Amino acid sequence: MDFLNALVAFTNFVVVPGAAYGAQLAIGALGVTLIYGILRFSNFAHGDTMAFGTMATIFFTWWFQGMGITFGVLPTALLALPFGIAVTVVFVLATDRVVYRFYREKKAAPVILVIVSMGVMFVMNGIVRFAIGVADQNFADGERFIISARTFKDLTGLDEALAIRTTQGLTIVVAVLVVVAMFWFLNRTRTGKSMRAFSDNEDLALLSGINPEQVVRVTWIIVAALATIAGVLYGLDKSFKPFTYFQLLLPIFAAAIVGGLGNPLGAIAGGFVIAFSEVTVTYAWKKVITYVVPDSMAPEGLVQLLSTDYKFAVSFTILIIVLLFKPTGLFKGQSV
Amino acid sequence: MTEPFLIGDAMTGGYGKGPDILTNCTIAVNPGEIAVIVGPNGAGKSTAMKAVFGMLNVRSGSVRLDGEDITALSPQDRVIKGMGFVPQVRNIFPSMTVEENLEMGAFIRTDNIRDTMDQIYTLFPILRDKRHQAAGELSGGQRQQVAVGRALMTKPKVLMLDEPTAGVSPIVMDELFDRIIEVSRTGIPILMVEQNARQALEIADRAYVLVQGTNAHTGTGKELLANPDVRRSFLGG
Repeated sequence: MDFLNALVAFTNFVVVPGAAYGAQLAIGALGVTLIYGILRFSNFAHGDTMAFGTMATIFFTWWFQGMGITFGVLPTALLALPFGIAVTVVFVLATDRVVYRFYREKKAAPVILVIVSMGVMFVMNGIVRFAIGVADQNFADGERFIISARTFKDLTGLDEALAIRTTQGLTIVVAVLVVVAMFWFLNRTRTGKSMRAFSDNEDLALLSGINPEQVVRVTWIIVAALATIAGVLYGLDKSFKPFTYFQLLLPIFAAAIVGGLGNPLGAIAGGFVIAFSEVTVTYAWKKVITYVVPDSMAPEGLVQLLSTDYKFAVSFTILIIVLLFKPTGLFKGQSV
Repeated sequence: MTEPFLIGDAMTGGYGKGPDILTNCTIAVNPGEIAVIVGPNGAGKSTAMKAVFGMLNVRSGSVRLDGEDITALSPQDRVIKGMGFVPQVRNIFPSMTVEENLEMGAFIRTDNIRDTMDQIYTLFPILRDKRHQAAGELSGGQRQQVAVGRALMTKPKVLMLDEPTAGVSPIVMDELFDRIIEVSRTGIPILMVEQNARQALEIADRAYVLVQGTNAHTGTGKELLANPDVRRSFLGG
């Protein structure tokens, strides 16, 4: 029975949260990798685009809740999500029109676009904090658990409990849908293929009659949608705080680079690599180990390799290792 | 003399605001013909072809396609007018499959592309076998076939090849030349730049030897092969 308890504890504290966090990072990294592959720069404003999209969604959520509209057992935010995406799409396209297009026409070097995106990041940062404030916002409602700890214990009679929150389940389901839709779009539709062609070989894409402005527009629309979805899922799972979203930039970039920049499949794999590394390194293993080793060998300390306060060190370390030894990432991507 | 189907007539020009690379250079091709541009390194062979395709500032002279003056058109517009261009390098979409490469070639077409694709698979049977493989994973010769196939997908009225045999082995080179002759037999005029002067001249109906950006010799391939000046200056006697 002990081994079973260890497995349940492991699933509860490592697998489930890691999978949910990984899915959130994966969708975030997908956005970063698309911008890198098609617009050819690292978009530092991505974290704040997520924050902006989440903020828009929260406003709609509050508005719906105010009118008494809810989504039953599911969070109201899910209902507000399409509206949040629409607002973010408009905002991002406007940014492209007034900022990025100018530099694109001048054929600015990628490094200049990176700095430009940092400027955009600061502006978005300011807008979000001005509009919704810097404090934590908890906007999850509906049923809290798919399986609560008590139900699981009653059901199985085990000492350890496996609790799956609605937001965690939702994150996985939405992530799978988004990824399937994304790959279907990129591999099966004419527009999606033209985006891949543009990313592969810009000059030849132009010779083939692919309209670059159209490709760029569609890219921004998809990126805005991905950023909003990633941000809302993260916010539902944890909470929404503008500063946290800015900080998410590091694990998201680490995920995109680990997987191979410009490679959508890599972004997803990278998201899970980063998430599971972060969770396993910062998890206190005492409980799981105590179950599997004989009593005499049970650890006295927490067996936590790194305090959660230092969790960003994990993405940073992985990032550096990958850049040193495999700059193109796990999957074939472009080197930075 | 009747007007050729495609002619770059007395072109003078260079890249951007830079110095002139071509001076009074004329290149033409007719349906059913293969026209080749040969010449020593740095003679402006590729440049002449790019001028015909609109990638160069042509300051004087003109480019006419089927009697229409297209000197002012951008390369993209020339593709729509019916010119197919295969660049020397980076001429495929490496991460996309062979079939997707062909599809992207036909991006400007709105009609059914199935028949054209079948024709290309008949012309290059190896591409049919590898149609679900990423084009970047193919061998050099196969990639060139993808590149030519992609350009043919628009059903061009004229096909322009910039050194199609660069960097492939002699055996593959022979095969590529055979394929190019086959394409030409379908009636499409072909204008190409070649490093392998002797082989290119052997298949050329019309040949241009460029030296320092201007026409040095013009004639049929056989005439130029027989020309002692041409032989001495760069066919190696």
